[in-house]
Amino acid sequence: MKRIFALLLCATVAFTSCGEDNDDNIKANANVNFKFSHTWDNTTINSNNLTTETVTNANGEVINMTRIRYLISKLQLVNSAGIIYSFDGYKFTDLEDINTYDFTPENNAIPAGTYTLKFVWGFNEEDNIDGNYTDLNSASWNWPSMLGGGYHFLQFDGMYNVDTTPSPFNFHNGTARVSMGVFEQNFATIELETPLIINNNATINISMDISELFKNPNTWDLNVLDTPLMPNYDAQKLMQQNVMSLFSIEGITQ
Amino acid sequence: MTKGSIYLLLIITFLACSKNDTPETETYEPTPLPLSIPQLFSDKIIPPVIPNNNPQTVEGVALGKKLFFDTKLSGDQTMACASCHSPQHAFTANTPTSVGIDGVSGNRNSMPLFNLAWNYGERFTWDGKELSLERQAMEPVQNPIEMHSDWQDVVDRLQSDAEYPELFRLAFKTSTITKELTTKAIAQFERTLISANSKFDKFSLGETSLTPQEQNGLNVFMDEERGDCFHCHGNPNNPLWTDNIFHNNGLDTTFSDLGLGGVTGDPNDNGKFKTPSLRNLAYTAPYMHDGRFSSLDEVIAFYSAGLQPSPTIDPLMKNLDNGGVQISDADKADLKTFLLSLSDPTFLTNPNFQE
Repeated sequence: MKRIFALLLCATVAFTSCGEDNDDNIKANANVNFKFSHTWDNTTINSNNLTTETVTNANGEVINMTRIRYLISKLQLVNSAGIIYSFDGYKFTDLEDINTYDFTPENNAIPAGTYTLKFVWGFNEEDNIDGNYTDLNSASWNWPSMLGGGYHFLQFDGMYNVDTTPSPFNFHNGTARVSMGVFEQNFATIELETPLIINNNATINISMDISELFKNPNTWDLNVLDTPLMPNYDAQKLMQQNVMSLFSIEGITQ
Repeated sequence: MTKGSIYLLLIITFLACSKNDTPETETYEPTPLPLSIPQLFSDKIIPPVIPNNNPQTVEGVALGKKLFFDTKLSGDQTMACASCHSPQHAFTANTPTSVGIDGVSGNRNSMPLFNLAWNYGERFTWDGKELSLERQAMEPVQNPIEMHSDWQDVVDRLQSDAEYPELFRLAFKTSTITKELTTKAIAQFERTLISANSKFDKFSLGETSLTPQEQNGLNVFMDEERGDCFHCHGNPNNPLWTDNIFHNNGLDTTFSDLGLGGVTGDPNDNGKFKTPSLRNLAYTAPYMHDGRFSSLDEVIAFYSAGLQPSPTIDPLMKNLDNGGVQISDADKADLKTFLLSLSDPTFLTNPNFQE
């Protein structure tokens, strides 16, 4: 994969040099950044109101949120010819910390063109190496080895039925345990179909609608599935399905 | 290239000449003393936080150590930092709360001191009030129910001492003592208090194995259906054994001590206290911010069945209706055995940390 990227980079550099020689005004190299915002339906959720907003999920439970942290990785832009531009690193977001919302990859130069965005929810099997990332270890983001190890993909903690008798929920997602010592990958590849026409330095705005976790395609009943969910295989696979509709492209600024 | 070399030679020559021609000025610099980071920490977690304006030096640490053990810092010169933070107790005391020089008792358990440079959020003390180690060291000296001193008096005492002015000069290149330099030195010493030599650390490094009881205790700790301790207290890949943040762990239904809420003014923070590290539990009883539990058995029994609901209780405190996770007596015993494997006896006897 790295080799392919290196080749692409060479090609890009070559293309850039040509472009400059020809003195045309099409910018061959665009730097892309990613800006994530978060909502519950249409209400923006950020560090100012995460713990004070009261929301209602698709199943009708009234919820207060305490913390939301999630991990995505392997961001890629795919152009119309199917050529893939991969960005190094991963994005660990803590909704309490606004500084973690945006992602500026180190290698973020791509040629102008029309792209779609693709990324991995959590880590794929190759990347989900137990204890491998010091920043994630320092954030105690680890997934227990008895459940397959590696890292959490999502930690969403809160209280539900806060209008009647409040109970805690811990909506945590990671590798699924089939049975003792048998694990199943549980990451998801998220592809957003909205075309991104990039002709200059660009910021791609992505929105995450948290309410989708409880909605689509599986309506989540917290009265049945609240905690513990980490060792619950069925709950883990339902979560994997529900993350597919979490994200959407809001637009692009350049 | 050759031209460059000639210029370089010229510059060196000029520098050498000028050095010979001008009179000697003070060129003394304190000797840098980088923290000796344990292998396990460099393998697993991100580097420690050292403020740019207070680098670790041999002379600064030595001065900080002398100050830490010196009763000159208290109003009546009977109490030192070490009075409530003694090396034999992993730099805490074995009383629920601490009594100051006037015989008045505080309402918080003195926190053990180790691995403080890895407190990435840099909020110190149970309620997160102190935003750096240097600032924290300011507080107990002048607190009326602790060392009840006046910083100006302390500075005057140190300034008129036979040894301190020279020690400050060696550490900070000035013999004019200030409270800021005093707390900088203490903070430097505190950052050297590193504990990373427990049985479990050795297990992590592949140097020893766990007993079946310790292994099961670790499993209880890591099992969301049993202990579920790891979401706040670290895991084998986070050897700090704390998340260094603030939670309401369900001790009370109403709060006589607001904790973090008293600092931020946000009612959502009421009843939240810093997660203490589980390292060195064998030496740090009693437990909790007010020292209410005298034994680890009491702590485990509390998390198993004694949780109290309140509006700000952390949702990680599950099975509230039953008071907690209800772990079996056998699992409780094994969990305790595992927790004790996180204690580091060499930390208590490290000669660098003794008076």
